[in-house]
Amino acid sequence: MPERDQEAVAHEVFAALADPTRRDILAQLAARGPATATDLATVLPISRQAIAKHLGLLTEAGLVVAEPGERRRVRYRLHSAPIQVAQQFLAALARDWDSSLDALRRHLGA
Amino acid sequence: MGFPDRIERTISVPQPPEKVWAAITTAEGLGTWFGHQATVDLRVGGAAQVTWDGKDRHELRIERLEPPRVFGWTWAIFGLPEDDPRRTYVEFTLEPDAAGTRLTVVETGFAQLAGDEHTRAYGGNAEGWQKELDELVDYLNAGA
Repeated sequence: MPERDQEAVAHEVFAALADPTRRDILAQLAARGPATATDLATVLPISRQAIAKHLGLLTEAGLVVAEPGERRRVRYRLHSAPIQVAQQFLAALARDWDSSLDALRRHLGA
Repeated sequence: MGFPDRIERTISVPQPPEKVWAAITTAEGLGTWFGHQATVDLRVGGAAQVTWDGKDRHELRIERLEPPRVFGWTWAIFGLPEDDPRRTYVEFTLEPDAAGTRLTVVETGFAQLAGDEHTRAYGGNAEGWQKELDELVDYLNAGA
């Protein structure tokens, strides 16, 4: 049994991704690897405090994990498991068999 | 629960099963209605490559081949990294009917994306690599 209900996990992932700043933070962590709030503040156009707040929310959603360390030097890393749960939903939508089957119908009719 | 494991569609077409079979199993057919180009090695265990717009490419691994009734293959899951081993299974079933052919397509396996066991193994690997890389960095820093 999953620890959290899948629907709840997906809800948190999509809510977290709805904010452009949080998407930027996740994109930075994906591209560059673990970083502190201070590191992120040097590459993103918002304050360290605002980033720390977003990191708190992302941690609650399970999308980032704080590595143990002294308070100001805590590094955050991307945690992909909840994203994979949300991706199950997206993958089924992306298949779009309706379009493919319409194309097949047209192909057979030609 | 809004999480489908399975997508199922049925359509009826006025052509006989043999014609539909050719459309879904030949390079000419798959390269026309499904993708923009295709190659097909039509045997169980064989591969079909389907290319969209000359760049987006999918490899179908043929699993079931019972002409002109059942054509089944697996392919990679949209959005996952290229080396992710998880695949979904797609099965076309053709049944002759009064009008021509009743074609059903079923794609299953989306639920494995949330497979806890896999997630744990995969997450473990990802974290393992991070540790290895950190160690490599420490090693290099120490030596420099």
